[in-house]
Amino acid sequence: MKQFWKSILKSPSGVIGLVILLLAIGVAVFGPLLFPNSPWRMVQRPFLPPFTLSTVPLGTDALGRDVFAGMIFGARVSLLVGLVSTLVALVVGIPIGAMAGYFGGRIDDALMRFTEFFQTIPSFALAIVLVAILQPSIYSIVTSIAVVSWPPVARLVRGEVLSLRTREYVQAAVVTGQSNSWIILREILPNALSPVIVLASLMVATAILLESSLSFLGLGDPNLISWGYMVGAGRTVIRQAWWITVFPGVAILISVLGLNLIGEGLNDALNPRLSREGR
Amino acid sequence: MSKRVLLGLLLACGLSASALAQEPKTGGVINAVIQPEPPGLMLAMIQNGPTQMVSGNIFEGLLRYSPKLEPQPELAESWSVSEDAKTYTFKLRKGVTWHDGKPFTAADVLFSVEMLKQTHARARNNLAQVDKVEAPDDNTVVFTLKQPFGPFLGIFEVGSMPMVPKHLYEGTDWKTNPYNNAPIGTGPFMFKEWQKGSFIRLVKNPNYYEKGKPYIDEIYWQIIPDAAARSVAYETGKVDVLPGGSVENFDVPRLSKLKDTCVTGAGWEFFSPLAWLWLNNRQGPLADKRVRQAIMYAIDRDFAKDVIWNGLGKVATGPSASTIKYYTDDVPKYPYDPAKAKALLKEAGYKGEKIRLLPLAYGETWQRWGEAVKQNLMDVGMSIETISTDVAGGNQKIGDWDYDIAFTYLYQYGDPALGVGRNYVSSAIAKGQVFNNVEGYSNPEIDKLFADGAVATPDSKRKEIYAKAQKLLVEDVPVAWMLELQFPTIMRCKVKNLITTGIGVNDGFKDAWLDK
Repeated sequence: MKQFWKSILKSPSGVIGLVILLLAIGVAVFGPLLFPNSPWRMVQRPFLPPFTLSTVPLGTDALGRDVFAGMIFGARVSLLVGLVSTLVALVVGIPIGAMAGYFGGRIDDALMRFTEFFQTIPSFALAIVLVAILQPSIYSIVTSIAVVSWPPVARLVRGEVLSLRTREYVQAAVVTGQSNSWIILREILPNALSPVIVLASLMVATAILLESSLSFLGLGDPNLISWGYMVGAGRTVIRQAWWITVFPGVAILISVLGLNLIGEGLNDALNPRLSREGR
Repeated sequence: MSKRVLLGLLLACGLSASALAQEPKTGGVINAVIQPEPPGLMLAMIQNGPTQMVSGNIFEGLLRYSPKLEPQPELAESWSVSEDAKTYTFKLRKGVTWHDGKPFTAADVLFSVEMLKQTHARARNNLAQVDKVEAPDDNTVVFTLKQPFGPFLGIFEVGSMPMVPKHLYEGTDWKTNPYNNAPIGTGPFMFKEWQKGSFIRLVKNPNYYEKGKPYIDEIYWQIIPDAAARSVAYETGKVDVLPGGSVENFDVPRLSKLKDTCVTGAGWEFFSPLAWLWLNNRQGPLADKRVRQAIMYAIDRDFAKDVIWNGLGKVATGPSASTIKYYTDDVPKYPYDPAKAKALLKEAGYKGEKIRLLPLAYGETWQRWGEAVKQNLMDVGMSIETISTDVAGGNQKIGDWDYDIAFTYLYQYGDPALGVGRNYVSSAIAKGQVFNNVEGYSNPEIDKLFADGAVATPDSKRKEIYAKAQKLLVEDVPVAWMLELQFPTIMRCKVKNLITTGIGVNDGFKDAWLDK
């Protein structure tokens, strides 16, 4: 573990990404404590440009709501959706992939055809349809993002498991009469996890983008403020008030960039071939 | 000295220009936006907003209405009402011809009335009090009513009762009649061509009965599906007229400031769109009058007017818009007063039960308004959950009474008996409809007042009855009245006299002219 942190801290991209992520998490957790007011509250005159009043540093939107407060609360929604939906996708994808890879044969065929069924539908279109059918809410958004993002996890895990299950230590475990679930959970999965972790960090970034896109299209949870919603709501007045769209847009950009950098850092740290070269 | 001369010159120019401005000029082409593209132009069968806007210049009604909604002659040049207020005699204008050259006569009026009863829901309703219609001669039509009906002279507007050519429609299948696609009316403009998705072209009727009119040679109704593109089309000069509602509200101030641009909120008096929140009177906390009153106090309607509607419109005082007949502002007032709202909620024993809010899915403005109202209500301690849905989904929920608070706006049609009573009388409660009495308010006293008001004579009696009804309703708050909406028409200042009636652009091109 110490080795892991050491190597991740060695890669500059990993460090930058980690700093950004910690900052975003800090804002999401502690930010609302600094802003006890709801971000929906109309606090100042509408279309107040940024940097004119210290109470609303980033200006106000079309209804006079604080853009800065919106960004702080938006961080909470964006990160939460990103993390939870990725978690759900992993919980669905890993067992399916592991079972397909380990048992092979008919089970593999069945599970992979099922996975492909989801992969053939364009993921964003499917997400839109799901949210529209289930009525936009934070639950339906998390569900739909999870539904469209688990297939790559399943395929990746299956591939890893396929190559690991022919290894000698796995065969040894089979010979000693260990149960299938013990072998999958204790012998195979721990060794298959590194690429999954890298993938997961990128999935969080994708999920944040997906949530923003949904909110941008007006399919966000109407009761929660999010960055995508702010960009979408400000889009039509961009000629009069650029700041309403630009600041949350930059927030999306930075957090997605941060997560991608972390993914790269993790890849460097966890890929045995790369780390050996580095040594 | 040069300065003084210059000033004098400028003044002289200005004066002579304004003196000339009184004299209409003939000729020219006007490009106007039509949004959205109408489903068809046969006004007797389709009454969508855009259809009324285009076809109101092709067809005509017996009467026209001033901005104050006084009846004015159109196809009928004069009319008289009998002593008992049950017989209305219209003298038709002589020498009027359809666009195909055939003369317009009383027989066309009789035919139109019969046809509209089958094809036009509102006309059928308006004509419910009519016992019989007769034509003693080619230029006279007599309507005999079952009982006096106060608003009767208000039902002859072109969109409510357009005259249809009998010789082209009688004995045909109306739905498949070829003239639906190339309508023939008596109006100042004739249908010329319609390039679907691009434009509708109307040309001057050279045989129009009012000599010299219309002044304009051609109208192009441009079809531009995107709101931003419509604004740009005006800015670049592709169109000269943006009728109400064709651009987003936040673009209105920017476009209004452009050079040579004139803006007016007039021309909607007949419709007088009034926005309110349906409050579901049947169940939950909103069944309590005090909670409904609290909602009125909690919502900052001036904010909505100034910020969301960019200062357009007027805060509503009650069920009638101030532009329609028998309006009174002598009713209980609900200023923005969160403290009072809180007190009322406390008194009613409201304990934070969840209340569902259904905004109107008509675009940005309505979405923002939903957010502002939600925040207002949360500020006084109500627990609001916004339900987001599309237009069809929202209509479904409202029709099924599956909502607590829902946005809407409805037309008033100039008279409380035509456009107001329907929203409050208990006979208008029916599942599945998105207008009429959706809120489920039922009060025998109100039922009686509106029933009496429709048939009372004379006018002063009606006024008294409706004043009483308004007072009573505002006290009870069956729905939360928000704003009298205003849809500004934006146009180049060189377009003159376009809006002179209570329905504005819908029949305005008859008098419009271009100052070149």
